[in-house]
Amino acid sequence: MSHQSRERRRAVGLALPLLLFIVVTFVAPLAAMLVRSIHDPAVVDALPETISALEGWDGQGLPPEEAFAAMARELVDARADRSLGKVASALNRVQGGLRSVVSRSARSLEGVSEGPWREAMAGVHEAWSDPTTWHAVLAAGQRFTLRHYLGALDMRRLPDGSLARQPEDRRIYLPLLWRTLAVSASIAVICLVLGYPLAHLIAISPPGRANLLLALVLVPFWTSLLVRTTAWIVLLQRQGVVNDLLAAIGLVGEDGRLALIYNMTGTVVAMTHVLLPFMVLPLYSVMHGIPPQYMRAASSLGARPAQAFARVYWPLTLPGVGAGTLLVFILAIGYYITPALVGGSSGQLISNMVAYHMQTSLNWGLAAALGGIMLAGVLALYVLYDRLVGVERLGLG
Amino acid sequence: MIRSTLFVSVAAAAVAGIATPRQLEAQSVTAVSWGGSYGRAVHMGVNLPFTQETDVRVIVEDYNGGLAQIRAQVEAGNIQWDVVDLEIADMARGCDEGLLEPVDISKLPPGPDGVPAVDDFVADAHAECGVGQLFWSTVYAYNTQTLESDEQPATMADFFDLERFPGRRGMRRVPQVNLEFALIADGVPTDEVYATLGTPEGLDRAFAKLSSIKDQVVWWEAGAQPPQMLADGEVVMSTAYNGRIFNAQVLEGQPFKIVWDGQMLDIGVLGIVAGTPRLDEALRYLAFATTAESQARIGNRISYSPARRSGTAMIGRHVLTGLEMAPHMPATPENTKNSLRFDWRWWADHQDELNERFSAWLAR
Amino acid sequence: MGPSAFARLLRPGQLGRAAYVAYCVAVLIFLFAPILVIVPLSFNAEPYFTFTEGMLRLDPEAYSLRWYREIVENEVWRRSLVNSLIIGVSATVLATALGTLAALGLASPAMPARRFVTGLLISPMITPVIISATGMFFFYSRIGLGQTYLGLILAHATLGIPFVVITVTAALAGYDRNLNRAAASLGASPFAVVRRVQLPLIAPGVISGALFAFATSFDEVVVVLFMAGVEQRTIPRQMWAGIREQISPAILAVATFLVVFAVLLLAVVAWLRKRGGG
Repeated sequence: MSHQSRERRRAVGLALPLLLFIVVTFVAPLAAMLVRSIHDPAVVDALPETISALEGWDGQGLPPEEAFAAMARELVDARADRSLGKVASALNRVQGGLRSVVSRSARSLEGVSEGPWREAMAGVHEAWSDPTTWHAVLAAGQRFTLRHYLGALDMRRLPDGSLARQPEDRRIYLPLLWRTLAVSASIAVICLVLGYPLAHLIAISPPGRANLLLALVLVPFWTSLLVRTTAWIVLLQRQGVVNDLLAAIGLVGEDGRLALIYNMTGTVVAMTHVLLPFMVLPLYSVMHGIPPQYMRAASSLGARPAQAFARVYWPLTLPGVGAGTLLVFILAIGYYITPALVGGSSGQLISNMVAYHMQTSLNWGLAAALGGIMLAGVLALYVLYDRLVGVERLGLG
Repeated sequence: MIRSTLFVSVAAAAVAGIATPRQLEAQSVTAVSWGGSYGRAVHMGVNLPFTQETDVRVIVEDYNGGLAQIRAQVEAGNIQWDVVDLEIADMARGCDEGLLEPVDISKLPPGPDGVPAVDDFVADAHAECGVGQLFWSTVYAYNTQTLESDEQPATMADFFDLERFPGRRGMRRVPQVNLEFALIADGVPTDEVYATLGTPEGLDRAFAKLSSIKDQVVWWEAGAQPPQMLADGEVVMSTAYNGRIFNAQVLEGQPFKIVWDGQMLDIGVLGIVAGTPRLDEALRYLAFATTAESQARIGNRISYSPARRSGTAMIGRHVLTGLEMAPHMPATPENTKNSLRFDWRWWADHQDELNERFSAWLAR
Repeated sequence: MGPSAFARLLRPGQLGRAAYVAYCVAVLIFLFAPILVIVPLSFNAEPYFTFTEGMLRLDPEAYSLRWYREIVENEVWRRSLVNSLIIGVSATVLATALGTLAALGLASPAMPARRFVTGLLISPMITPVIISATGMFFFYSRIGLGQTYLGLILAHATLGIPFVVITVTAALAGYDRNLNRAAASLGASPFAVVRRVQLPLIAPGVISGALFAFATSFDEVVVVLFMAGVEQRTIPRQMWAGIREQISPAILAVATFLVVFAVLLLAVVAWLRKRGGG
């Protein structure tokens, strides 16, 4: 008993430093991202009294005078302490056009010292006489909100509180999500079609040749992702090696050079290349363990090769097929670098949208919500992988 | 035991050393600009003379616009960039968000003729947090050798005319400028472009015009790409920053031609990142970089027009080739006959929704 | 050699087998094509990314070291190499130390919640880097580690840890736990058991885990894009900028250097595996 508990303490003691490390360097950041996706205090922090005045509003017609008064005062204050820009950005995301309404109103209201504020603000900008403006302020003023998730699913909340889909010309994320899943699945299948025979060839080769073949798979695997992506640009661009070759042998004319990159083709080719080793290696390790006698036994019992393959070999390799396919699929869903560099405008995946909102549009709440949705999906697949394969068996070659 | 204690202390010291943010070198300033041939012109025309005169080292950094990095630095409280060459729309937004230091233009040196700075800068070339540097323009250019047509493109409408001028087009992957160009090409007079864009029908019209060439468009992101795409034959025509095309023409002898019709003028401004520990150096750099002499030194290397009136007077011949610069300048009267000034206030309001719509349109 | 199920499946006889081998060779060419292209093109004397006529004729004039000279002389590339090494080595040391200890703990049958803990420790490998980078950007900025070397080192160590845990766990799978008991019965303290008995035996696994961790850091660009400041540009970050704007053949020279580096790493790992007998 005491030996066991000592052993247990020792095991926990060894694992604990890393566990704490991962919690701080990895779990906490993911938690911070999830918090960011539902927590948006910019507006309520800058306009606290306006928001509390609006909370008593029945939503019909215009809000009470006190909301106007609070808004006028707090806009001027926000301008003074330079937090107005964040308020304007947050409001503008809920309703386009509010950025200038807010900035201009704050500037004009500086000279106004007394009410009635409803008239004063209407005089500054007509948008304040429109109830939808106030609905937008109230929506943006929720400290905890699901609106980033709604946005990430191409939905929005109407002023009456009901949900509606975005108009068709503004639906981006759901189609992109489906596209990401479809592309990832296609890449997994292509990798299987390319990788299965190759893994088999390696598994049945004599040790010397098998090692050589394995090295041919592993060198690209160890080579920098950026290097491989660069290489595909060099190979596939319009003035690249492949097109030069096709033009030289007359398959395409100088004008008919193929667009093989900066589109979905480029994304799929480069990603298949990057992910193929993740398919070959688990397949190989499964096939390696299948004794050749099995197939011999099947054929000596009269099975035709196709039968022997379908009835004996294929079922035995299924664990490798499952592991490889699922791993490639999971990794493909999160790919960012390759689509960003070779995907052009049609070959972008959902990760590129996360990066876009992080780095360009600065809509961090939406980026976090998109990330949250991706994270949930990938974690579900990860648990599935663990059930089917076991995570500690992730193939590394 | 001694060995491992030693190891731990060495490691701790190393970690402590690398955990400290960039040592505050008193005598350096990080100037962020757009790279490529423009970046080189700024380096030769401003950075080197500045270091020579003040002994302050200039660390050069390139970027492709936007406020993301500045915002990240300000939020993290770890300022690495000091002076940034900004698009005016970003400057206005950054100012509102408290990302940029206010700059008092009256403290800037007067023009060489003694005119105070406030009057020396052309109208609308400075604001609370930024000082105008140069006018630059988005134009379209074509490669005279790869364009297969007997005619010469001359108007914005020609850029959208795939029948008379077949071949792929390069455009920047943003809605800005492209929507305006589409309307100009569709016959909207330049002074009505933004009013038209403000209506749902006008927007639909602009997108419809873009759609008419969409499958022939190759999208670019960095200013260095269009000249390269034109040279490679990837596209026959491309929208581009005029200075980049100029550089490819005169320095690399590329057979490019600029079409000034419908050009979009914009002004680049210098801003200072809020909270920089090197504020003094940053202010000195900004003042130096926006003098008429500095602006002219850049303008005589790459064809961007000075924002100071006194700077325009100093534009002469190209430093390397001796070419007369005036005909290549975007603000030269012959080139602005049918031109448009970028309305950053309009875009500040509509950017979010139009970015979404543009992305959705692109993906379709 | 065992009979090839595939060969027989396709068509009995030689033709089927030839087609099968040809297919596999085509897949191998696909895998290897990028490397076959990048290395020779990095010696191009012209600023193009395609084989010039002179190169095809093997004219020595068409080949040059100019792009190598350019990167060696360029201060920016030198600096990014130093940064990559600082970050990569520190992250590797951290990941290897913590990961090896944890794997030793996980290998014990007494470890509670082993499956969950293993899953958690390996999850950074499967989580899309863009998501990790987003979260790290938010969190590290808040605790003052944004744009610092330390922040990047911690982030890269996190991404490298799963590799260490996996390889060391695999090495421990062949480890005879009776050795622990034997050592303990001879009076060794638990840590002496680890240091004197377990570690030497699993050293090959630890080292290949470390190499994986280093390679991960050395190739990482997303976290660097999100978190690095001006002073912490790494080689991949520099390549990223180069590829996005204008591929100069200098990029190919850097790429060739990285290919050589990959081959070296691979050779070391293969050698270790042979030594480890696994």
